[in-house]
Amino acid sequence: MLEKYEDLNEMHLDVLKEIGNIGSGNASTALSAMIGREIAIHMPSIKILGFQEAIENNGSPEDIVAAVLVRLKGEVSGMILLLVEQEFAENVLNVFFGEKDIDLLKLNENDVSALTEIGNIMGSAYVSAIAQLTGLEIGVETPSFAVDMLGAIMSVPVIEFGEVSDKLLCIDKTIEIDGVSMKSNMMLIPTVDSLSNLFGKLGVDA
Amino acid sequence: MNISVGISDWKICKPPDSLVTYALGSCVGICLYDKVRKIGGLSHIMLPDSKNCGDGLATNRMKFADTAIPDMFKKMLSTGAVKADMTAKIAGGAVMFSVATDRFNIGERNIAAVKAALGAIGIRIIAQDVGLNYGRTVFFYPENGVVKIKSTTKGEVSI
Repeated sequence: MLEKYEDLNEMHLDVLKEIGNIGSGNASTALSAMIGREIAIHMPSIKILGFQEAIENNGSPEDIVAAVLVRLKGEVSGMILLLVEQEFAENVLNVFFGEKDIDLLKLNENDVSALTEIGNIMGSAYVSAIAQLTGLEIGVETPSFAVDMLGAIMSVPVIEFGEVSDKLLCIDKTIEIDGVSMKSNMMLIPTVDSLSNLFGKLGVDA
Repeated sequence: MNISVGISDWKICKPPDSLVTYALGSCVGICLYDKVRKIGGLSHIMLPDSKNCGDGLATNRMKFADTAIPDMFKKMLSTGAVKADMTAKIAGGAVMFSVATDRFNIGERNIAAVKAALGAIGIRIIAQDVGLNYGRTVFFYPENGVVKIKSTTKGEVSI
């Protein structure tokens, strides 16, 4: 039985990478269908990070980002956090509403709805891929949206996992739209308990 | 020098040095200050209570309000601070995502735990900028005891 992220071995990490690959592939397909653009994703990376590193992995603590938080429930718990940076928001909002020169701090109601919906669709697609692969029942809760400093946003997963761990397991990937790499990280952050469920279903010794 | 305090961390300094902790979300920053000797301490706590936490994980005492605050207080006393001259200012404890999904309401619990821990050591809070829904960067200048708070939506305020 896994008790902490540091107990994960190479094989576990490979399995999680593949889960991230399948999940984010599905999420990107969903995004591509939604905005009618070609989406490419990089091979996801899997990292076990200290709290400070988890923030620095995504930029400087004071960088302004939009974020959609989707909590998971059922046999896998944890969260999916989509970090939307300036360029990515500009691209998708341009597709939706023809908007240019987006200021993340001055988004209107439509912008927020559109970005939240993107997080919702990508999160759901991600989760359904994992559910299909494993046969586990995984649900998503209503997504929520925030724009703020990266460090403040990241404090949410950091704190929530802080009671049971000093580390975070992040399976993240970068999205490319129409050949332009723009940082939009989608992180799957599973609880330690959920990992045992995942590995159990996939026949991997936990 | 501007000394950076990370998550689950605390530091003490004297002028001309100052302290900063970046992008507090639901975490709380606690500035303890001896105004006579100009000794300042800044703690960045993540969670309210070390006793709620799994075995072996309470080892990082800087993570919790109930352990970080008395530890930093003692360290300040041992570097010459005097309790009678000490006060506190606190900031942070926001709810970053809408309350409906923030099932733990950890920001509010953190604020309550910080107040309790300061009460337990008998230190008065003379100013605060807490709660609501936005992140805060906290600068603390032991030169004059000013705490400057920077946020993305409210600009800068000093308390």
